[in-house]
Amino acid sequence: MEAVYAITLGVMMSSGVYLLLRARVFPVVMGLTLISYAVNLFIFAMGRLVTGAPAIIGAGREYGDPLPQALVLTAIVIGFAMTAFVVVLALRGLGELRTDHVDGQEPRE
Amino acid sequence: MNHGVILPLLLPLLTGSLLLLAHRQGAPFKRWVSLVATWVQLPLALVLLSQADTGVLQVYRLGDWAPPFGIVLMLDRLAALMLLLTAVLAGFAVLYAVRGDDERGPNFHALFQFQLAGINGAFLTGDLFNLFVFFEILLISSYALLLHGQGAKRVQAGVHYVVLNLLGSSLFLISASMLYGLTGTLNMADLAGRVGAADPADAPLLAAAGYLLLVVFALKAAIIPLYFWLPRAYASATAPVAALFAVMTKLGLYAIVRVFMLIYGSHAGVLSDMALDWLWPLSMLTLAGGVFGALAARNLQILLSYLVVVSVGTLLAGIAMGTEPGLAAALYYLLHSTLVSGGLFLLADVIARQRGGSASELISAPALRQPLMLGTLFFAGAISIAGLPPFSGFLGKVMLLRAVPPGIDAAILWSVVLVGGLGMLIALARAGSMLFWRPSEAASVGRPADPICLLAAFGLLLGSVVLVLLAQPIQAYMQATAAQLLDLRSYLQIVPGPDL
Repeated sequence: MEAVYAITLGVMMSSGVYLLLRARVFPVVMGLTLISYAVNLFIFAMGRLVTGAPAIIGAGREYGDPLPQALVLTAIVIGFAMTAFVVVLALRGLGELRTDHVDGQEPRE
Repeated sequence: MNHGVILPLLLPLLTGSLLLLAHRQGAPFKRWVSLVATWVQLPLALVLLSQADTGVLQVYRLGDWAPPFGIVLMLDRLAALMLLLTAVLAGFAVLYAVRGDDERGPNFHALFQFQLAGINGAFLTGDLFNLFVFFEILLISSYALLLHGQGAKRVQAGVHYVVLNLLGSSLFLISASMLYGLTGTLNMADLAGRVGAADPADAPLLAAAGYLLLVVFALKAAIIPLYFWLPRAYASATAPVAALFAVMTKLGLYAIVRVFMLIYGSHAGVLSDMALDWLWPLSMLTLAGGVFGALAARNLQILLSYLVVVSVGTLLAGIAMGTEPGLAAALYYLLHSTLVSGGLFLLADVIARQRGGSASELISAPALRQPLMLGTLFFAGAISIAGLPPFSGFLGKVMLLRAVPPGIDAAILWSVVLVGGLGMLIALARAGSMLFWRPSEAASVGRPADPICLLAAFGLLLGSVVLVLLAQPIQAYMQATAAQLLDLRSYLQIVPGPDL
């Protein structure tokens, strides 16, 4: 399970970085979203990967760590707000600058 | 438990919420509420400072959960000092804003208060994840404040600022969760104990988490090679926002001090002081890069933004020494550079308004309406930030140069700081002579400056004089702060040991 999980995170993160470097606002937003997904999964994994374990200490030999889950929730909420903000900002930029390049001007060829 | 510790956080949060609810009220209502709420922070910060100066580390347990299980707020000398600095800066920035800048976009005062809540929270918190949350609070308000007043230029600078900081937040989350995965805690004091006691096999992973944190904070603090977002963002922001932003880079430096003096400090075994070797060359390069930027700037606000980068480099040099005198000198310089650069940002806006269409571009423009007064203020601010006597920049630099132990490091620091000071002086002299001595033939267009705006700029610049007049008590406080930061025993006692 760990290997699959790790490979998934790696693929998501590298796709995110690739999209981020495209330097057009839509791919950049997509890239940031992918990166934040990968990060959220990573936080979750830091509570160790176990299946079928209750999130209560003492109920069994193994237990699921509830703290990373709380952290992930916080991170998701914050990430959501930030993504919404970037989308609005990108639209404003498109309206005011007439280009979707992150530099606000078309690169000189 | 002393509930005063949480007030610098609650007060702006509640005021901001109130202002959001009352957003249909007229401008005078919002202005008065915001002014009063911001200025109340000043006596509050002074009270907290006097409490912190007893040397007792105050811990505020939220919900009365015993650390490390709950979240704690931590008030030590450093946190109290930063709260006071923020209160002064914000007070004058809001005073400047109420003269019209706040009405150039919606909800300025509410956003300003939320940003204050984020900044104060980040200074107070004793929990790594909580630090992330407060960073996000202050960042999202700063995104909106940066765009306050509209304009294509701001959107352009805003996109870079927002995307970079979002990426920084992702890295912050990775490193914080790595630390949690390895140690099982997020309380900074607890982390300090556990990183020190960690299995040597985990050391590389812990170091990786630490260096990731360094990248995140270097981005916030604008350390080379991560400072390229800063000049455009600061230069395009509205003046009171730019003045408040002067404390934001210092927030990154504060986080570096917290994490690398406490978690990876003298107690951390093999990882002790691991970042200091990196910080030293980075500080010198940042300083040099800032000076080159200032020399090349063709716009007054861009020039001032590069001076912020220079001050980051200078401060970082003091931190990188990792010694008590170095840290004390850096903290003194931190107060000086934040107040003076905030004041100069406000002053630059006053000047730009009297120059007609060319605003802050360093080109020949119609003569200023009040050249003598503005020129005197600019001159005073310029020699203060460039580090010439009799102002506080000079004292700060002398302390820094005396703090470095003799040897190759001293040779590098002395030459970089002194040549850098010369470079700053040249850049500022060129800007000043263009602004005040080489007006074009056209008639003056600007109106006389608003007295309240001038008062705000003057008040911040006056901070430099106060720092000189009260140099001895302030210096004693800085020494005590540095000693407290380097002596980790009181921090480690926050979390009861296994023997209890």
